[in-house]
Amino acid sequence: MNSLTVLLCSVLYLSLLFAVAYWAEQRPQLGRSLVNNPYIYALSISVYCTAWTFYGSVGRAASGGIEFLTSYIGPTLGAPIWWSVQRKIIRICKTQRITSIADFISSRYGKSRLLGVLATLLCVMGMIPYISIQLKAITTSFAVLSGQAVGGASGASLSTKALLISLLLAMFTILFGTRKLEATERHEGMVTAIAFESIVKLVAFLTVGIFVTFFLFRGPSDLFEQAAAVPSLERLFTFNSTTSTANWFWNVCLSMMAILFLPRQFQVAIVENVDEKHLNKAMWLFPLYLFLINLFVLPLTFAGKLLLDPGVDADNYVLALPLQFGQSGLALLAYIGGFSAATSMIIVETIALSVMISNNVVMPLLVSRPGWQARFSALDGESSWSHVVITIRRLTIVGLLLLAFLYYHFVANHYSLVSVGVISFVAVAQFTPAMIGGLYWKRGSRAGAKLGLTAGFTLWLYTLILPSLASTGFLPGSFLTDGPFGLAFLRPYELFGLTGLDSISHALFWSLFFNIGGYVWGALNHPQTSLDHAQAVLFVDVYRYAQTGDQSVTWKGQALLSDLRILLATFFGDERARRTLDRVARRNHLTANTIYADPRVVAYAEKWLAGAIGAASARIIVSSVASEEPLSVDEVIHILKASQELMMVNKELTRKSTELQQTTEQLSQANERLKLSDQQKDDFVSTVTHEIRTPLTSIRALSEILYDQADMDEVVRLQFLGQVIRETERLSRLINQVLDLEHYDSGRYRLTTEPLLIDELVNESIESVAQLARDKGVSLRVSPTPGQLPILEGDRDRLTQVLINLLSNAIKFSPADTGQVTVSLALRQNWLDLSVTDNGVGIDPAMQQLIFEKFYQASNQTVRKPKGSGLGLAISKKIIELHHGTISVSSALQQGARFTCSLPVH
Amino acid sequence: MKVLIVDDEPNILLSLEFLMKKEGYRVFIARDGAEAFDIIRQEVPDLLLLDVMMPRVDGYEVCQFVKQSPEYQHCKVIFLSAKSKEIDVKRGLALGADLYLPKPFSTRELVAKIHELLPQTASSSGR
Repeated sequence: MNSLTVLLCSVLYLSLLFAVAYWAEQRPQLGRSLVNNPYIYALSISVYCTAWTFYGSVGRAASGGIEFLTSYIGPTLGAPIWWSVQRKIIRICKTQRITSIADFISSRYGKSRLLGVLATLLCVMGMIPYISIQLKAITTSFAVLSGQAVGGASGASLSTKALLISLLLAMFTILFGTRKLEATERHEGMVTAIAFESIVKLVAFLTVGIFVTFFLFRGPSDLFEQAAAVPSLERLFTFNSTTSTANWFWNVCLSMMAILFLPRQFQVAIVENVDEKHLNKAMWLFPLYLFLINLFVLPLTFAGKLLLDPGVDADNYVLALPLQFGQSGLALLAYIGGFSAATSMIIVETIALSVMISNNVVMPLLVSRPGWQARFSALDGESSWSHVVITIRRLTIVGLLLLAFLYYHFVANHYSLVSVGVISFVAVAQFTPAMIGGLYWKRGSRAGAKLGLTAGFTLWLYTLILPSLASTGFLPGSFLTDGPFGLAFLRPYELFGLTGLDSISHALFWSLFFNIGGYVWGALNHPQTSLDHAQAVLFVDVYRYAQTGDQSVTWKGQALLSDLRILLATFFGDERARRTLDRVARRNHLTANTIYADPRVVAYAEKWLAGAIGAASARIIVSSVASEEPLSVDEVIHILKASQELMMVNKELTRKSTELQQTTEQLSQANERLKLSDQQKDDFVSTVTHEIRTPLTSIRALSEILYDQADMDEVVRLQFLGQVIRETERLSRLINQVLDLEHYDSGRYRLTTEPLLIDELVNESIESVAQLARDKGVSLRVSPTPGQLPILEGDRDRLTQVLINLLSNAIKFSPADTGQVTVSLALRQNWLDLSVTDNGVGIDPAMQQLIFEKFYQASNQTVRKPKGSGLGLAISKKIIELHHGTISVSSALQQGARFTCSLPVH
Repeated sequence: MKVLIVDDEPNILLSLEFLMKKEGYRVFIARDGAEAFDIIRQEVPDLLLLDVMMPRVDGYEVCQFVKQSPEYQHCKVIFLSAKSKEIDVKRGLALGADLYLPKPFSTRELVAKIHELLPQTASSSGR
């Protein structure tokens, strides 16, 4: 097959990929989004399987046997914990608008710029070798397919091809990933294309596998029998002396960590995740995918060993087998499969890295220099910053691929695919302490993360990268065999004398040992800053805070709303900035047009920017418009406590509001009572005034007549004078009673008590009203008392006053001539009941309580008004109450009335 | 000329009866509104001296009845009441009363006003 055909096929395939991506991007505008689907999600996670899997697994199996499986057993065993780890990371990234693993670490540890840079550096250095082996795989497979010698091709021509391929891929990656600035860094088109590629590589690999197993051999049993017959192949089936359990353990752990923290895995599994629930399906779909793609690795390995020339690199078996047997179509399919495995990895990885570099390294640098900031803000066009960000990312992608090319050219060329890939795995495994600690341990601090990452990074460099440079001649070989400066305990493959592990397990062990040590030591020995602590709580308790609403707890200070709007407009355009700010204001029930922005709005703006340019840059750039007063630890704790207690407070609030309602009700009742008593007071005053005016009127009229009529008849004159005197008496009585009543009401009145003989009291009172009764023809009597009456302790004059009042009322309301008034006494345990009964008109039951009110009689106009002030009963009631007794009435209309005073006796 | 005095205070009745008789009127007495109605219908008085606050039927009702019935058009009504607030006075006048004198009133003023209201009855006995 000539190289032009292969090149054409490659470009056609890339164009198809781009078409798929483009189609997927248009879909959401037409209706349901394509990526909102657990199968697409699981397939996109399968970006894990790169050219390393497609070509390298066979290569590794050819030398190390079933050891190649460790890279797939790790993720399979680890998949169940995704439900906790991945889900939590997804939730945090969504609430904090985190777009990469470097962003995550920087954000978690107090939005530290340095940590963001460190994590980015580690990612870039870790991933360059990994990308380079993809380039190597594409270049080699291209050479193999186009027949340009297997193995013996000139390095220079291959390198030129690799450079061309790198640039071509850079162009496509730019098209896929950096067409516009997205605050969420979601790329629906890219994800769909990646999922499509996962299908292509699986189908290609399975097809080659089936061809080899069932067409070149008579099924798997035939193949394995033939292989078992060859001793050098037989050892590949089983565990043996070359594979130690420790190596297995470390390799399984390594891939378990890598699948979580590889930048491209973070991109597809976390950042591009649409729905947490998709994890449920991915947790078993992805291991299934791994199982399928590994199914034919051993058959292909054995077939290659049995059928191919021993000079053929085992990394190329997948391609060489169909070619050997004249199946050029199948070989092309295998090439496309490998190409898709490599391109998917390169596309996602470089996009993830470019976001990281632009958001965590370049942007913080640019925005922290006022000069730069002003310069870019002044560029014409609305979204000048977004233009800057995209340009940075494009340049980064080109730069990354060029770096990968250089690494391929100088280093990776000399190694197998897998051995280079695993170095990258160890690099990202360094994130484990900071990530897992950051997710579950609130004390995990910035100092710890810096220390741990630096230590792990250094050990990784020392135990894996430096040796690889040494073996390619950049460093003297003695560095490996004798250690630096001849210090044997520092030999990079046997650090501190640790032997018995392969180089990867050895490096992983030491790097993680120092990494975890540094992380924990730093956390325990350096106090957290307030922002550090605030972020720790938000991350570790993400489920709690995500439910209680906005996480705007860390801004305190003032920003002009107009400044904020201009700032956002430079990134997202005027219209979008304005709309979003309005929406935030509405959602928080704020006025949209205040001069100073609400802290919640500032926090939202920061988070929005963080999505586009990273947490650290966002913080710097927002600080440039918002004068932030540093939050004290106390304030942070206070704020956090407050939000923690939000639910409780809410309940409390409900309770309080109920209480308040009750209090309001009580208050309004009290107010009603007050109004009523005010009304009563008014009524009392106006009644008293009226009651005074009446006798005054008579006195005035009578005396005026007496004065004017000199010739009055002597009898009439005397009658008039008599009435004047009587009205004057009435007036004095009234005034005395009013004063009495006020006196009793005020509570200052003191009774003059003495031991009293009750019958004496009764008889005296009866004598006082006897004349009144006789005048009206009413009979007055005392009913016989039962036995010895007790001595009553009381105020003689006051009690006599009450009794006379009751008796005169009774006489007043009894019918003339037939009236009967009876006084009776009764003992009831410690109470003496003194009753006055008449046979008069009686009292309507509805009025029986009212008659003890002041002036009741006067204001009741429905019955003929007998003489009296209307204060008698009110005063009587007061006097009895002062004696700790009660006064009551029982009566029915037209059936007389009985007034009873109950007084305590001993 | 007939005058009806309506009040529930005996001494008011006593003094007004004396005064009116002295002025030469035929005097009738009622102790509440209900009694007043009977006398009004029977005697058709020319002048009413009305208290307001009385048991059963009050002075306002009596005034209203008199002023709304055509046959009593000529009858003058004077309120004599201890209710002396402006609103009470207005209410009385609104019902058609010719005069509203708050208690305690001056008998001299009352007589003078009656002369104004009923000039033709320049008292036969005079003073």
